[in-house]
Amino acid sequence: MDDFTNFLKSLALWELIKGMRLTGRRLFSRKITVQYPEEKTPMSNRFRGLHALRRYPNGEERCIACKLCEAVCPALAITIEAEERADGTRRTTRYDIDLFKCIYCGFCEESCPVDSIVETREFEYAFEKRGENIMTKEMLLAVGDRYEAQIAADRKQDARYR
Amino acid sequence: MTESTLQKSYLGHWIATLLALAVLAAAVILLGVHYWQDIRANAVLYALVKIVLILVPLLLGVAYLTFAERKIIGYMQVRIGPNRVGPRGWLQPIADAMKLLFKEIIIPTNANRFLFIIAPMLSIAPALAAWAVLPFSDTLVLANIDASLLYILALTSTGVYGVIISGWASNSKYAFLGSMRSAAQIVSYEIAMGFALVGVLIAGGSLNLVEIVQAQQGSLFHWFWLPLLPLFLVYFISGVAETNRAPFDVSEGESEIVAGFHVEYSGMAFAIFFLAEYANMILIAALASLMFLGGWLSPFEGTWFAAWFAWVPGIFWLFGKIALMLLFFLWFRATFPRYRYDQIMRLGWKVFIPITIVWLVVEGAAVVLKIAPWFD
Repeated sequence: MDDFTNFLKSLALWELIKGMRLTGRRLFSRKITVQYPEEKTPMSNRFRGLHALRRYPNGEERCIACKLCEAVCPALAITIEAEERADGTRRTTRYDIDLFKCIYCGFCEESCPVDSIVETREFEYAFEKRGENIMTKEMLLAVGDRYEAQIAADRKQDARYR
Repeated sequence: MTESTLQKSYLGHWIATLLALAVLAAAVILLGVHYWQDIRANAVLYALVKIVLILVPLLLGVAYLTFAERKIIGYMQVRIGPNRVGPRGWLQPIADAMKLLFKEIIIPTNANRFLFIIAPMLSIAPALAAWAVLPFSDTLVLANIDASLLYILALTSTGVYGVIISGWASNSKYAFLGSMRSAAQIVSYEIAMGFALVGVLIAGGSLNLVEIVQAQQGSLFHWFWLPLLPLFLVYFISGVAETNRAPFDVSEGESEIVAGFHVEYSGMAFAIFFLAEYANMILIAALASLMFLGGWLSPFEGTWFAAWFAWVPGIFWLFGKIALMLLFFLWFRATFPRYRYDQIMRLGWKVFIPITIVWLVVEGAAVVLKIAPWFD
């Protein structure tokens, strides 16, 4: 008997009509598309995008060339060279990140004892020439200067979990 | 690293392009009007004008059917669909056509050049030629021949050659597999389709499409969809299978064999296959509306308010019905997963053919018993 009702149901295209009712209803439901360049989805304060080197409020760079980030980097994307400066402090003379090697894991940021190297929310960047993928110290500091307010706010928000 | 640039508006470019096209169209129409007497006198030229009048709207229809497909399937998937080219995406099909026009046609190594080039033509020619006998009203038909149904059946079957030859000539295993599947499928569903048409021909008492539509006069319930409901369903589903549309698109099967018979085609050659597929879809929809849904007859015929709609030209109803049937094509594609190959064969041979044969017997009995209002 069950077989017979099933047979009748399949002859009447019952299941197919049920499926079409579902898609037919969706035709009129509100669309959830986010129109990307104009609209954006919410972003976490822990977002790991383009790197930046930060400064102290007095303008002094934070990085003390401890090379922890270079050591922890699983992709070997960071290259650091350091020297003693005239005032006796230890600073980097070279701080390069190869963005082609970088896997954006955020280990450099976690390992940094002075919160110098950070990853920002910036992710819309592209390279047009070979070599542009190497971020030098100056470029990283410039990114840091540009987004300092956002970086500081994100770190503050996340501080109690660190 | 580049700064993200602001989106530039190309509205000016589009307006200029449309203006140029409008000027061109106006020039052609003015020339046609000016030399109308000469054209009217020349039988070949006159037929040519009529062909253009059918084909140009058809190809525009194909272009905007692709747009409607992307929009409607998008909406059913809770997306917006294309909305970047022109206002609300309305120029998207033109942009697609432009892109395909300027792409290179790549001919694979060891492919049979002649067959490779001729296959898309074999595919599009029957799809367009079938429109010759399609009536748009009692008098509006390019060739009102007596055996128009037979002609259409013959031409829709011919379409399979394009598919087979393209797969064979491509020298590619995926294309070959796709064309094998497609050929088997088209040939199988041809039979069920033919039987369904036999039902129409018994009910209409003619092979002429105009007479078939005229036989459906009366009301919504005089149309053949009601007495021939199983045949209508079988015909339409076979039509979906014939045009290799989802859920019967094993010949394309993008997740299994890349794109099926037209993997190796690019640029305009690919566009022609695409055109043929969509022209066939419109053809199947038009045939379904003519043979089962009363063609150009008003759905309000025989009701007390029929007079309110008397001013509507019949062609409007026909286009409305075609649009409805096309909506079902898209709706199916948005809803159903692809059939497995053996399931397709099972459905065609073990379900549809028996159903059509049983219903032909039922219909024969109805004709003998003169059951009103259809067979009296």
